[in-house]
Amino acid sequence: MQPNKRSSKMMASNLWLLVPALALLFSYGCTPKNVIQPSASSSASAPLVPIDEVNSPDPDPRIGLSAGLFDADEAFWNLRMLSQTPPPENFLGVTNSDLAFKDNYVIQGNYNGFIVWDISDPSSPSLVIDFVCPASQSDVSVYNDLLFVSGEGFGGRLDCGTEGVGEAVSEDRLRGVRIFDISDIKEPEYVGNVQTCRGSHTHSVLEDPNDDDNVYIYVSGSAPVRPEEELPGCASALPEDDPNTALFRIEVIKVPLAQPELAEIVNSPRIFDDLEAPPSHGLSPAELADIEKARAEGAFVGEVNGQPRVLHLRMVEMLLDDVVEARGGSGEPTAADSAALRENLPQILEDLSGTQGDTERRGPDQCHDITLYPEIGLAGGACEGYGLLLDIRDPANPQRVDAVADSNFAYWHSATFNNDGDKVLFTDEWGGGGQPKCREEDPREWGANAIFTIGDDNKMDFKSYYKLPAPQTAEENCVAHNGSLIPIPDRDIMVQSWYQGGISIFDWTDPKNPVEIAYHDRGPVNPDRMQMGGSWSVYWYNGVLVNSEIARGLDVFELEPSPYLSENEIAAANTVKFDQLNAQGQPKYDWAPSFALAKAYVDQLDRTKDLSEESITNTRQQLHEAERASGDERRDLLTALAEEVEDLAGTSGHAEKVNKLASTMRDLAS
Amino acid sequence: MYSFFYAAVLTILFGMMACKSSDQLSTSGPATSKEHDKSDLEAIYWARIDSSRLNFTQADTDFMTGMIGHHAQALIMSRLAPENGAGTEIQTLAARIINAQDDEIASMQQWLRDRDQPVPEVHIEGLNLMMHSGSNDDHHLGHMDHSDHTDMPGMLSQDQLQELSEARDSHFERLFLRYMIEHHNGAVIMVKELFSIDGAAQDEEAFRLASDIQVDQITEIERMRQMLKVRVDL
Repeated sequence: MQPNKRSSKMMASNLWLLVPALALLFSYGCTPKNVIQPSASSSASAPLVPIDEVNSPDPDPRIGLSAGLFDADEAFWNLRMLSQTPPPENFLGVTNSDLAFKDNYVIQGNYNGFIVWDISDPSSPSLVIDFVCPASQSDVSVYNDLLFVSGEGFGGRLDCGTEGVGEAVSEDRLRGVRIFDISDIKEPEYVGNVQTCRGSHTHSVLEDPNDDDNVYIYVSGSAPVRPEEELPGCASALPEDDPNTALFRIEVIKVPLAQPELAEIVNSPRIFDDLEAPPSHGLSPAELADIEKARAEGAFVGEVNGQPRVLHLRMVEMLLDDVVEARGGSGEPTAADSAALRENLPQILEDLSGTQGDTERRGPDQCHDITLYPEIGLAGGACEGYGLLLDIRDPANPQRVDAVADSNFAYWHSATFNNDGDKVLFTDEWGGGGQPKCREEDPREWGANAIFTIGDDNKMDFKSYYKLPAPQTAEENCVAHNGSLIPIPDRDIMVQSWYQGGISIFDWTDPKNPVEIAYHDRGPVNPDRMQMGGSWSVYWYNGVLVNSEIARGLDVFELEPSPYLSENEIAAANTVKFDQLNAQGQPKYDWAPSFALAKAYVDQLDRTKDLSEESITNTRQQLHEAERASGDERRDLLTALAEEVEDLAGTSGHAEKVNKLASTMRDLAS
Repeated sequence: MYSFFYAAVLTILFGMMACKSSDQLSTSGPATSKEHDKSDLEAIYWARIDSSRLNFTQADTDFMTGMIGHHAQALIMSRLAPENGAGTEIQTLAARIINAQDDEIASMQQWLRDRDQPVPEVHIEGLNLMMHSGSNDDHHLGHMDHSDHTDMPGMLSQDQLQELSEARDSHFERLFLRYMIEHHNGAVIMVKELFSIDGAAQDEEAFRLASDIQVDQITEIERMRQMLKVRVDL
């Protein structure tokens, strides 16, 4: 077993009691050197603390971590590291990228190919195969026995050779999606590929609920269009000059599962069409506040092309003169003129702006990544300056249903839905991931997440930003990156990569107030300069958090109970199991009835004080008794308890959760 | 340091269990020589990083060198925004351009330094840009004007810079947006040109830098077009 700082905590405290002097010496020589541990305790008996009263370690131990490739200082909070495994030799020094999961295997993309790890024992992942087949970014997805790998860079070869492709136009180049048969995962077989005009920066796999024979791949590619001489049919003109342009569209590949080598592009939907119309580029909250302030001070605020604008005084004077003239008057405008202008302003502005005649068509010309959530029939498209909501119920024909923009967002990067599908979180990969955007002086709204609610009409409504709370150094590339939901019942909790900013776990159940509840961070790879590294992707999979570290390899963590996430809530999350996972093909989490689930609900009601202390204690006691009982006795205890709990719903501040608790008990009883 | 630490730990029974040490790195091999393996791995890592920096072409170097000058002019333009009466939105845009392009200049300089190529240092005095090539003979590239860098797409002439510096308020905002769109378009063209040259951008860092510049600026062009649209010349 690997030594493990957290699980051995109890042992450490015993040592403390037994040999205080030695332990003190020891602890001095070890812990501060390598691991910065906040002193906040977090045992199973720790009191449950409301999420708006989170007390994070102060000073933040992530500040001032010393550098190192394999021996950087580390800071942990409410996470336990099970293992960190360096890349296999062939892949050392080459960027590790995204992750996909199948059974006990983790498939880790690398610009040199992909790596398969067996994590049956998460404290000691073992290498299954390191498959050399270079291409950036090697974004990976799994569907049953197929593995899909993205190629975008210029060096990717059809034959997986390592020599690159020297010519700007070459028939040896692969830019698109590679397909492997992994029915024997120890020996992946390269069965085919689909070339695309812009390569594949990322891709997402979509199952058609009405078709068991095919799956669909949405390809996002942001690189320039390939020359037509290399891939016939690729055009990079504007749509008005060439309707077949590879710009302003995504690609949809259809993969026949029985004959994956016949995979081909079946549609190139132009999901950006007419995006120029409102909703236009949105204003940031600060800018809206400026406008509200001006409005309160009596300024004339009009709407131009769907966006509020404070009118310049000179323009107001001009318009007022027009009003005076229109009523046949002269001289200074009166209060009535002013009122008339206010009333007619929308029409006046519409007439004026309509004459400006900017007909040139634009909008985003590609997406960076698309997260599919088939359960609700929607996808979140992160597409240059926009976050899109797509209807994907007809997999080959996605339709845009909403679009948002935000002046604080430089580059919309990826999306994650909450489990209920009534919220979506978009990331802003400001600077592309290679720049240090989490310094003290970098604004908190830039390179952050933006959280939106999704209304019944599928319209998105901005609620808040979330950015890694700990400032990072100029030697650490840092910006919002990939992550996934952790299946904590009834809460929206996400684990997310921030490159060298490390991993942040936060609760966004209240979309207006996201709160960090756990983290891990290392010092920079290089003390003297920015050297690409950090967490590319971290996803929850079957009870563990798996992290693809760009330079350092593969990390596996598990959650540690804290006042903000109880042991029962973690146990309930761990009941959710998958036999494969692609984070960009988001699965719906369902919790089978379990005592852990019931106890998690009780903990949550306790945390928010939505049941009386007495009811909580009583319910816990009876659940405990039911769990120890069996057969008919257990059934009767649970049924009686469920009835009792149902009666509490009316007086609880959270009737819905109380009813979920009761129904879990009934399910357990049956 | 480590051996002292290791010895101390051995004497304290379960010492190793209580701390996260560098020995925690797990490998699938036997546990005996992990520390040795780790330093070997680290050596391989840095050697591979070094060797990856040998794979570049003159076109990559020219791109980095040129783009540093190109970015520097965007800094000159953006720094005018607070003084010239730009509103919050344009000031925010300008601040972000400064932040982004400053960092990218540093990355491109680092890229050149890593490959022992001359590294242009940027000096800005008002509207004048001077670039010194540090690694060579302090070659003075002189003032940025028609005769110098305007061969790069999207670069403003010194007269245009002057015009921008004299504009105020809404007039400045519109001119700034128009010129910056043109300037960004030039950067996008430079990336496309780079990508069309045999052997160019094979280097991972060059591809990443050029791609990031391309997508960031395409996105920002669209954003600025929206901003220009609502700043109709009423």
